[in-house]
Amino acid sequence: MTGRRAEVESGTAVIVEQLTRRFNGGPPVLDALDLAIAPGEFVALLGHSGSGKSTLLRTLAGLDPVTEGAVTRPRDVSVVFQEHRLLPWKRVWKNVVLGQEDKGIRQRAEAVLEEVGLSHRKSAWPLTLSGGEAQRAALARALVREPAFLMLDEPFAALDALTRLKMQQLVADLWKKHRCAVLLVTHDVDEALLLADRAVVLERGQIRVDVPIPLPRPRRHSDPEFERLRTLLLDALGVHTS
Amino acid sequence: MSDTIILTGTNKTGDTRRKNFTLEKLVFARRYASPILLVSLWQLACSSGLLSTRLLASPAQIAVTGWTLVRDGTLPYNLGVSLLRAASGLGIAISVGVVLALISGLSRLGEDIVDAPLQILRTLPALALVPLFILWFGIGEAPKILLVALGATFPIYLNLHKGIRTIDPKLLEMTSTLGFSRWQTIRDVFLPGALPDFLTGLRYAVGVSWLMLVVAEQVNAESGIGHMMMDAEDFLRTDIILVGLLVYGVLGLLSDQIVRFLESTLLAWRPDRRKGQTV
Repeated sequence: MTGRRAEVESGTAVIVEQLTRRFNGGPPVLDALDLAIAPGEFVALLGHSGSGKSTLLRTLAGLDPVTEGAVTRPRDVSVVFQEHRLLPWKRVWKNVVLGQEDKGIRQRAEAVLEEVGLSHRKSAWPLTLSGGEAQRAALARALVREPAFLMLDEPFAALDALTRLKMQQLVADLWKKHRCAVLLVTHDVDEALLLADRAVVLERGQIRVDVPIPLPRPRRHSDPEFERLRTLLLDALGVHTS
Repeated sequence: MSDTIILTGTNKTGDTRRKNFTLEKLVFARRYASPILLVSLWQLACSSGLLSTRLLASPAQIAVTGWTLVRDGTLPYNLGVSLLRAASGLGIAISVGVVLALISGLSRLGEDIVDAPLQILRTLPALALVPLFILWFGIGEAPKILLVALGATFPIYLNLHKGIRTIDPKLLEMTSTLGFSRWQTIRDVFLPGALPDFLTGLRYAVGVSWLMLVVAEQVNAESGIGHMMMDAEDFLRTDIILVGLLVYGVLGLLSDQIVRFLESTLLAWRPDRRKGQTV
């Protein structure tokens, strides 16, 4: 316990301790889970549907309550969901600065929209955006708050393959610039290997594998180490490639 | 014979486009040809004595009577009275309907208290309350305005309540991760999100208002379009009755257009195909 506290003081961004969550007295969705994410660290959370990864993210986002165990996290967090969740009745830039009312907010919105490559659609209505554009706007909304901890809940799962590649590149660039702690929930092993410092595989509410990804960036699929980690993670997910 | 299907385009050249344009104009004319023909037949039947003016005044007679009623001030006065009643009733209906819908839409306790009695009251035909309203409020302006208000409250309440209750919970999750206060959520999510349903309710409410007004003014009134028509009945003036009907028709049409206009300006964020959707 004291060890954990010391880590907080030395600046650990997120600490999950013995987190257990069950719904209606059923089997635990999260089972005495321990996880720490350092400031600026990019962690990918992999797992099958029902492995508890979404529940973990929702708990960290404050959408689900902590019933057993403890969660420490920075005050300033942002979440990007699988769906863009833009308010259709507010123009893109208004969506980006949603809930923020100080002066000069429009300039900040424009700067962030520029960063995500969406400044040409800043006055558009969200329902007129393409899937990729809407997700860029959602990213801008998350970044404009300058979060210490950014949660991405399968943010590219609903995009087409080409758009997904572009968005992954964008996230890599933005992370390099902002250096916030990131938790990326994903099904996609390649996505995890392209972006994260560390991959965590969740199974039945417990961590099955927790491996560092010490590959140099930008990352290449052709790297033999990439291939080795890919096989390792797929094995952990129960997908046997050879 | 062959398994191949050839699909060719019918590329429109300037010539065929011009032909289409004249065709479109014809279609436009065709839509009006039939009503104009019917009115002409009606006029013909009246002029030739086939149709007694005691049953139905001729279109020409209606036009003349309408103009006379405008000039001697009867129509403007009665129209003013009717409009004021409809507007006051509708105003009350909007205020009450919106407040009740907000109470029951935004809190579970509020829904338990407000929704059940309103759902029961809604099944009563409002027009059946006319005798009771006359007993309670006499024969002045109050029963008429309140009858309009009563009828128009339900569509406002029901639609706005539904609008608030069907807000996408995912949007509410999103605003909660942004740390929205309750008031910010109401202002930025609930109210704009329920606006389309509110406007649908408003359109129904406007229609109901005219209906309630017609009945209220014909049962007992000393002024208003309905009274003007009932008065005319005593003197077998079918022309005045028809002028009244025409005025009601125009009023209904105009108010519907106003709400449509509101929809297209306030809901500019919706893609075109959903704009001006018929209710």
